[in-house]
Amino acid sequence: MTVGALRRYVPSLALFGALLLIWQVVPPLLRIREYLLPGPIAVVRAALNFSIPWHAHIWITTLEILGGFALAGLGGVALGVAIAWSETTARALVPFLVVVNTLPKVAVAPLFLLWLGYGVVPNVLIAALIGFFPVVINTAVGLTQIDEELLDLGRVFGAPKWKVFVKIRLPNALPYVLSALKITATAAVVGAIVGEFVASQAGLGMVIVTAQTNLNTPVAFAALGWISIIGLTLYGAVGLATRWWAPWADTT
Amino acid sequence: MIVLDGVGMTYRAASGEVEALRSISFRVEGGELVALVGPSGCGKSTLLRIIAGLRPATTGRVAVDGRAVGGPIPAVGMVFQAPVLLKWRRVVENVLLAAELAGLDPGQFRARAHEFLRLVGLGDFADKLPRELSGGMQQRAALCRALLLDPPLLLMDEPFGALDAMTRDELNLELLRVWGEGSRTRKTIVFVTHSIPEAVFLADRVVVLTPRPGRVAAIVPVPLPRPRTVETRASPDFGALALQIHQRLAGAA
Repeated sequence: MTVGALRRYVPSLALFGALLLIWQVVPPLLRIREYLLPGPIAVVRAALNFSIPWHAHIWITTLEILGGFALAGLGGVALGVAIAWSETTARALVPFLVVVNTLPKVAVAPLFLLWLGYGVVPNVLIAALIGFFPVVINTAVGLTQIDEELLDLGRVFGAPKWKVFVKIRLPNALPYVLSALKITATAAVVGAIVGEFVASQAGLGMVIVTAQTNLNTPVAFAALGWISIIGLTLYGAVGLATRWWAPWADTT
Repeated sequence: MIVLDGVGMTYRAASGEVEALRSISFRVEGGELVALVGPSGCGKSTLLRIIAGLRPATTGRVAVDGRAVGGPIPAVGMVFQAPVLLKWRRVVENVLLAAELAGLDPGQFRARAHEFLRLVGLGDFADKLPRELSGGMQQRAALCRALLLDPPLLLMDEPFGALDAMTRDELNLELLRVWGEGSRTRKTIVFVTHSIPEAVFLADRVVVLTPRPGRVAAIVPVPLPRPRTVETRASPDFGALALQIHQRLAGAA
């Protein structure tokens, strides 16, 4: 990274530092108790206190997020392809998907628990359920937003449907899919944590619930910090993948 | 040779049936360059697609080389107003798309693709992405793609209409060079344009179409000598022909 690129981050870093300083200094002056709002130093201390098995919780939550993300990605692309493939499949699938998407997915979480019991699997499913819809829509849009003339070109050269699909439609959809996956990355985090809130024996969501019951607020904040690091890493990875696989797409 | 016999086209729109073309009859000889001129909306692009077999005519018959057109015809190159290049493929890979879509081995056409790109001045741009090229350069690449499989028939739908006047003149000259002006193995070209000077400069004959529904208002032969050059545009004959077509168009309106 060059000095010029670093300089771009100076304003946001300065703001971040200032907020941390205010957060550390101001609440004690207002006599706000630590169990209501712990300062950043207490939070960092809690986050690095390894008498709490952070690595195990981080591992479980990361697994749920990645599992949900992968499932949402693969399932979303498959459904998007099905919708774009023909009028009939679209007419069959779209109303069904709209109903599923308008369900408050958080409300489905207790049912998954009922069906699948405690553990990673129900939380993976919730994460996937919350995150898959944008992938479906963007895949279908990316596959169908093709210049009419490109399709004419396919017909002029007598190309079969699958070939136009592989050579023209799929690559055209790639940036759309990747931009949907950015949304999915954040949604999968929400889904995994919601799942852990409902019931779980491990994971950062469970840490937050437990810490709240014990009024151990610095630990809850620390868990939040770890969640945010996982979420940012996944989001950043999708961004990198976009630049790597779809360099022709406009970067946003 | 292309024969159009009483071709008509009516399509259904939200406001009811729209007659786009009415009883169009003319023929294009092998190796001839015919320009279709008409006001926008006269159905000239539709007519081109009917010849290509991409759209069915409502009435009348179209035959290419003696065979009735019932679906997309083989061995044709098409160039559209927009270059429609795949933005994720390098220029040479875009040219090779023609072979891939046709189910041929692109490896066998690679040398020829590079040769065509050199011919239109894109030799150094073969490995660039389309967005790194200007509009005129992109359209040159699209022309190479249309020519790659050496089709005997080229259908061009306002290919240079979106370009500035200077680039357009340049590409007109290039097209004639690629076409093989003066050689015996010329391709048959049907060239749709709304520019009268462009039509006169390129064509052996100009088919003038009326506003919708498009009918043949006149067929004007262009006996200007070939090869045509920059000076051609300055000749009195060129001006007279352009004026004649202009009057036909005005008279048809």
